Amino acid sequence: MPRITFIEPDGFRRVINAPVGITLMEAAMQNGVQGILALCGGACACATCHVYVDAAWLPSLGDKEEMEEGMLECAWEPGENSRLGCQVHITSDMDGLEVTVPQRQGAI
Amino acid sequence: MISTIVIVGGGQAGAQAADTLRREGFAGRVLLVCEEPLLPYQRPPLSKKYLSGELAADRLPFRHRPFYDEHRIELKLGARAVSLDPRARRVELAGGEALAYDRLLLCLGAAARRLTCPGAELAGVHYLRSLADVTAIQAAIKAARRVVIIGGGYIGLETAATCRQMGCEVTVLELADRVLNRVAAPVVSQFFEHEHRAKGIEINCNARVIRLEGSDSVQRVMCADGSEIRADVVIVGVGAAANSALASEAGLACENGIIVDEYCRTQDEAIFAAGDCTNHPSPRFGRRVRIESVDNAFEQAKTAALNLLDRNVTHDRVPWFWSDQFDCKLLIAGLAQDFDQQILRGDPASRSFSVCYLKGGELIAVEAINHSKDYMAARKLIAERTHMCPAKISDATLPLKEAV
Repeated sequence: MPRITFIEPDGFRRVINAPVGITLMEAAMQNGVQGILALCGGACACATCHVYVDAAWLPSLGDKEEMEEGMLECAWEPGENSRLGCQVHITSDMDGLEVTVPQRQGAI
Repeated sequence: MISTIVIVGGGQAGAQAADTLRREGFAGRVLLVCEEPLLPYQRPPLSKKYLSGELAADRLPFRHRPFYDEHRIELKLGARAVSLDPRARRVELAGGEALAYDRLLLCLGAAARRLTCPGAELAGVHYLRSLADVTAIQAAIKAARRVVIIGGGYIGLETAATCRQMGCEVTVLELADRVLNRVAAPVVSQFFEHEHRAKGIEINCNARVIRLEGSDSVQRVMCADGSEIRADVVIVGVGAAANSALASEAGLACENGIIVDEYCRTQDEAIFAAGDCTNHPSPRFGRRVRIESVDNAFEQAKTAALNLLDRNVTHDRVPWFWSDQFDCKLLIAGLAQDFDQQILRGDPASRSFSVCYLKGGELIAVEAINHSKDYMAARKLIAERTHMCPAKISDATLPLKEAV
């Protein structure tokens, strides 16, 4: 299973062995990562599973669809490397991926 | 001193409250009483990806078992609370076990409204609220061809779309003159009626169901206008009512839900309530509301948990909702009631548009169809009570956040 590091809002580095096929959001929720709320459960409807992806890893995560792009635009402090965890499916080549959880989630 | 907190209800609100209590450092006992014999799970996928089989049951729980163990959240699964004694501060479970509490949080949720017409009790008539309900529907539609859905709200339309994608013949019967009539603008209703019909779903509005007929199992749905629709399976989605019996029988004030204040407190100082079961004040909208949504359950439960620990925080949120039907996503922010202006943004024919609602110039609600930018902008604009410019709103080339 790929090892993925979530850097939580207080700086704690939570390392997770994530099964291939589920999403980054699901891996975070199942393991109780702080700061990931995932209210809509992966429907791309709430922007509460926002993460910043380590720049080196961005290309391998694939492109954002328009819906995700729109959600992120008005999310809390979006960046070039912002993604919604529910839209990123974990693959076997993501071993070592690092993502940072923002201080806040949602629209405001 | 508060040493034991009992939470009754293992849905979104109950599970979140337990989580928040621990994250906030509460060190006493936390008991979570769940009526279903399952780890707390997400309901929204039930009518969509879980029904279709795309999402397996093991992906529905919010948290896996070790999370509850590590955080010393005592799960009482398959346990039904049958009575509450506020004086003795005890909740009694079916089977006789009594749980003593110092503080109690009621997250009782809502239950599907039942059909009352003759034939409503026939086999083959289903409701959609729990995982067990959907497991039964899955089994029923495997052997069925004709599915009749009673009710053209969120649940009805989402279920219609899913059943159609699974190859069923689907008819939706709606009592009002349009689908989604309680939750969306006429132009949004028209859009979804068109999408469903284009996929081969029959939608009959102004359809008053008077009787279900069949020998063992339901076979026909009879309407007041004399029409008769053949059915192998009937799925009823005609709204939900707050589960407040436990509270009202214990003498707590209830009216369309358990009455709580903005701190989620009931009349009893030791009893709080959160989620679909509450009738609560909305400072932003200036009146009492009962809201059935994941977001409200989550936020109100967080607030209730903090107040269980005497933190004195208020619940004041802009509600939001979503619905997925085929490849269309309806995103709603705010409450579209008592508005004085309704403004269309964009062209429904483009399959991406929104409807904005103003009251006294302030944005109070937005319904966005396949338009996440308007929806996300709206959540902020509504919360900040932003005065908008109607002419700029109707110019869809301008971002909504600039239409001020």
